[in-house]
Amino acid sequence: MIKTVEELRARIASAEVELKSKYDGSDSKRWLTLCGGTGCIASGALGVQEQFEALIKEYNAGDKVGIRTVGCFGLCSQGPFVRIYPEDTLYVLVKPEDCREIFEKDILGGQIVERLLYKDPKTGKPIAKQDEIGFYAKQRKVALHGVGIIDPTVFDEALGCGAFQGLLRALSMERADVVKEVLDSGLRGRGGGGFPTGRKWSFAMNGDGQKYVVCNGDEGDPGAFMDRSVLEDNPLQVIEGMMIAGYAIGATQGYFYVRAEYPRAVAHLKSAIAMAEEEGLLGDNILGTGFSFHAHVRLGAGAFVCGEETALLNSIEGQRGMPRPRPPFPAVKGLWGRPTVVNNVETLSCVPYILREGAAKFASCGTERSKGTKVFALGGKVNNVGLVEVPMGTTLRELVFDIGGGIPGGKKFKAIQTGGPSGGCLTEKDLDAEIDFDNLVARGSMMGSGGAIVMDEDNCMVEVAKFYMEFICDESCGKCSPCRIGTKRILEYLTRICDGNATMDDLAQLKELASTIKSNSLCALGQTAANPVLSTLAQFEDEYIAHIVDKKCPAHVCKNLMQYVIDKDKCIGCGLCLKNCPVNAISRTDYVAPGHKLASMVIDQNKCIKCGMCMASCAKTKAIEKK
Amino acid sequence: MAHLNEAATEQIKAICDRYKDEKTPLMMILSDIQREYGYIPLEVQEVVSDKTGISVAEIYGVVTFYSFFSLVPNGKYVIGCCLGTACYVKGAQQVIDKFSEILGIKAGETTSDGLFTIDALRCIGACALAPAVTINGKIYPRVTVKDVEKIVAEYKSKEAEA
Repeated sequence: MIKTVEELRARIASAEVELKSKYDGSDSKRWLTLCGGTGCIASGALGVQEQFEALIKEYNAGDKVGIRTVGCFGLCSQGPFVRIYPEDTLYVLVKPEDCREIFEKDILGGQIVERLLYKDPKTGKPIAKQDEIGFYAKQRKVALHGVGIIDPTVFDEALGCGAFQGLLRALSMERADVVKEVLDSGLRGRGGGGFPTGRKWSFAMNGDGQKYVVCNGDEGDPGAFMDRSVLEDNPLQVIEGMMIAGYAIGATQGYFYVRAEYPRAVAHLKSAIAMAEEEGLLGDNILGTGFSFHAHVRLGAGAFVCGEETALLNSIEGQRGMPRPRPPFPAVKGLWGRPTVVNNVETLSCVPYILREGAAKFASCGTERSKGTKVFALGGKVNNVGLVEVPMGTTLRELVFDIGGGIPGGKKFKAIQTGGPSGGCLTEKDLDAEIDFDNLVARGSMMGSGGAIVMDEDNCMVEVAKFYMEFICDESCGKCSPCRIGTKRILEYLTRICDGNATMDDLAQLKELASTIKSNSLCALGQTAANPVLSTLAQFEDEYIAHIVDKKCPAHVCKNLMQYVIDKDKCIGCGLCLKNCPVNAISRTDYVAPGHKLASMVIDQNKCIKCGMCMASCAKTKAIEKK
Repeated sequence: MAHLNEAATEQIKAICDRYKDEKTPLMMILSDIQREYGYIPLEVQEVVSDKTGISVAEIYGVVTFYSFFSLVPNGKYVIGCCLGTACYVKGAQQVIDKFSEILGIKAGETTSDGLFTIDALRCIGACALAPAVTINGKIYPRVTVKDVEKIVAEYKSKEAEA
């Protein structure tokens, strides 16, 4: 139990030495540092850990070699990872059967196992150090501070990595000065809206009585997982951010609202709260300063709309997660009718940095109106899939091609979808745009919570719009009719277009309906519900027209508008496709192509169900294509 | 309507008591019941209503609003197919279609033997492993249409052995 500020400072000092020793070799040990992120665990990291534990036992090397599991390394597509300190050698895609080689050759023999190093996708050159990999080189960690460095289940590791230093500074300041510091930093809400965090706090700091801080961890945008990562891998940082917010606005109670889909994040968050309570950093009269704060966890139950702040408050209050009309804003009348600040996980995660390092340092990177960094979940058709944190002002091109390593299989970049279902698509012409809140909006998309899904030439944009509309239709809470009925009608239009049954009249009506929904819905979910259509229409109207007028899907995705065709001169007549066809739509012709021995195959288009099994089975000869 | 037997009623009441000091405990009570029993039928909602004073209509409204709460029991194995954007652009729809085809049920339904439920999930945050499938919490990364048959067979043979 830490009772005073002095005691905490002393504890921090010793924790810093302890953590440092696991990285710089000052404890004379080699440390096998494993990534324990959800991605790596699903890819088999636990088996790797078991192997290493057995090897340490076998060689009786416990005094020379240690194992630590830390948070997500970010480059999830290359996991499981093993990083060896103090040399800082990174091994990627490690399987349990690779462990002996790493252990015997590197740990015992001091030689790098080259075949398990990361290979640069462009040059094929192996890279041993994480920071030299393109994916990491342009990153800067603020919200993800400590993620991938500390073991989130060990309190002192967080302490050794800066935890509670921001709170210490805040507690030595006047409340209004803390708010001013956050205002000066230029921090804007990372959940999507981009509202200045300090302004939100200043609304709530006036007024007396019970107030609340609510952390919005209902990360619902499909394709975004930064909040999960912070909650899993450095939960104390988010708790500290919430406490600073509580101190600043005069709240003593905080609620985390986290998706039930994230069981590991919930477990780590709960254990971090318990550790902080045990150490006296949550509770009454913290460190003898007179500041009291209690943190609670509430689980979501699978409703996207609960990411909207007023719907979230209703959900905590045990009701259907339907948005409330604003005003009154939560800062005036929020949880149980009391002034409430609702901040997103990533936003709160930036707050300790601002107090620890100062507003000026936070604001030293970024653009004129968007300061600091932003975390993106880079996914879809890109080589390096994972979580990245970059300074605001980084260009989309850097994000997709330098950090993301480009598009796999030499395919052509088509669009990057940002902002989740409420966002939009950005194309080739936007690639050199600097990422910031206002710039993305000006180009017809938005920052959103930071999902960034890359699409290539094989993605049909009408079908993508339909996918998002299915999602929104499903998740519309049903309170207001423009969203409830309008999204359903939009989906019907899109389905007709994808099926090849639409007319140009439909397209005109679709446009009108989309703008009606935009201007008439109650909450942000409804107001942005039509964005997938509006944005793809703005960028790819020719694809819509191709579906409607030419009855063709240019990306060959929409089943009614494409065919699988066998090139009779390429077909070697092996019969693999015939064997794999589930509906017997393939038969042999009499035609033997020049140079081949067997007659070629043909697909009966009336029988074909377009499952694609034939094309998959012809991967070697490549005689089947989509038309 | 059927009523719960006494023992079951007591168990539900005990769950309600866990949160008796909370201002608005309904979501927490329902989450616990869903997690521990797998579904929240009307009989159970009645008991929660008696115990908390919240009307059955309101409880029913909440249960049917959130996709995690279910009025009917799920299968022994819940096949959660992620249909988040990252999974979708990498072919998740074909994967879930294949599960539907093999098991003969649509998303949200349970097989008649009570073994499998197919659930369409909205992003489980495993985007680097797209398309991802979870079965009772275990994540299957980069699932292809070809893998689907193997996965189903794995669980069927597990059942045959047991």
